[in-house]
Amino acid sequence: MQKDTLLQVEDLHLTRNGKEILRGVNLAVREGSIHCLLGRNGSGKSTLAYTLMGCSGYSPQKGRILFNGRDITNLSISERARMGITLAWQEPARFEGLRVRDYVALGMRERSQERIEEALAAVALSPSVYLSRAVDDSLSGGERKRIELAAVYAMRPRLAILDEPDSGIDVLSIDDIARLIRRMATEGTTVLLITHRDETVAVADTASLMCEGEIVRNGDPKEVRSYYARRCVPCEVVGRRRGDRT
Amino acid sequence: MSDFQAILKAYEQAGGDPRFLRSPRVASLVVSGNKVLGANEVPGVKMEAEELPNGVRARIEVAPNTRLDYPVHLCFGVIPAEGIQEIYPEFEIGEGAKVEFIAHCTFPNALNLKHVMEAEVHVGVGATFEYAETHYHGPHGGIEVLPKAKIKVDERGRYISTFTLTHGRVGRLAIDYEVDVAARGVTELTTRAYGTSDDAISVQETVRLNGEGARGLTKTRVAVCDQATSEVLTTAEGNAPEARGHMDCTEIVRGKAVARNVPIVIVRDDRARVTHEAAIGSVAKKELETLMARGLEEKEAVDVIIRGMLAK
Repeated sequence: MQKDTLLQVEDLHLTRNGKEILRGVNLAVREGSIHCLLGRNGSGKSTLAYTLMGCSGYSPQKGRILFNGRDITNLSISERARMGITLAWQEPARFEGLRVRDYVALGMRERSQERIEEALAAVALSPSVYLSRAVDDSLSGGERKRIELAAVYAMRPRLAILDEPDSGIDVLSIDDIARLIRRMATEGTTVLLITHRDETVAVADTASLMCEGEIVRNGDPKEVRSYYARRCVPCEVVGRRRGDRT
Repeated sequence: MSDFQAILKAYEQAGGDPRFLRSPRVASLVVSGNKVLGANEVPGVKMEAEELPNGVRARIEVAPNTRLDYPVHLCFGVIPAEGIQEIYPEFEIGEGAKVEFIAHCTFPNALNLKHVMEAEVHVGVGATFEYAETHYHGPHGGIEVLPKAKIKVDERGRYISTFTLTHGRVGRLAIDYEVDVAARGVTELTTRAYGTSDDAISVQETVRLNGEGARGLTKTRVAVCDQATSEVLTTAEGNAPEARGHMDCTEIVRGKAVARNVPIVIVRDDRARVTHEAAIGSVAKKELETLMARGLEEKEAVDVIIRGMLAK
């Protein structure tokens, strides 16, 4: 493990409902970096995100997760969150009766109105319009997604796992999301950015490619993106025996 | 501490602002046990209160077309740990009046206490009566609260009520409301309660939409944890053309608690329509884990979700 590695995943295996989804994942993310995890739908990216966060039903059968050198494989979600790990869900939950201002403030160690408003502005939402609204189905999917990202940003976590932050929002908004991710990194948050869109890789410092529950490529974002464009769209692996992959 | 000071303190514990009970510009009625400690009238609002052996009988009249600068504030409470309080209020809301009442019922030390409320409400033609009642029963659960009301809403009248008991213990709560709504009248009954330990919550509401175009909504938000129980029985009758009724019940259940919801729909006119929806269950896993991923412990996250549901 390198000195500046914040997150280290070693030989992680996870089977759910009789299906092996993670097949020995190995991954290292440097502190302060933006690391993009690229992969097609169904490759196991979200499962890895839930496993890293410690969600129920996602306890790995084998392998371990190290955060800042400490084994967190058996810690609860709350314990991991208190260590500075958080997750922005691909499809954020709805909360009846919970106002945006309170939702964004939940994870903040020192709550301040200024930071809440700054977080909303960072995802291009007007605080005066959204602060008092509820995080429920009166908001569109795109609005909920931005609020989820604002809540993560407001927390100033050490590690933010962003699961497909670029899905379900309009094309113009993708630039807003990229700006937010850079801003997080500037403020000291390490970002694990999960996506299936190869253009999103451009924001990252390093990248990995996930395929059928394994990391099959690591390195420079341009190289990983190029490989993905050449070999994964259309996919050369799914439907073939795993041993056939070259 | 005087009786008045003690009840003001209890009023504050229930979420009320005592300044309103002292202001001459605000109509108010303060009852502690069977004592009327204060009754302040303002133009358009008349109050008569009679002390009974175990409580108070009160008549509150709002003159036709009245508009008030401030809501009318009511405070009913019992400071001792034991006893019985019976309140018999009568509300007469004159034609075209538009008024808001805020009531706080507070029993902060209850160990063996019974509070009975039997109200009669008449909302005149074209009048609007909004009534919000918040309870605080203290931390022990030694209380039985039996609010009962018969409400008559005249043509184009509106009766909007909210009952809230979400802080402290519930004890035993049995709400029994009946509303008759005339043509183009409207009623909305909202009940919010949060039961823990061995609290027992019973909500029985009947809305009869008797006039053409009458509208009625019952909205129930209940959470029960530990061994608490909840039973919500709502009835909506569509008895006239174009009457529209809806019953909406959401309940969260945790631990060994039990929640029941029985909606009864009766339609006597083929142009009326009454609907209902109910959702009873545990806290959604994704909501829970989202909040835990922000650093909340499971118990704190459940509380945030329940309080959000109750606030809606």
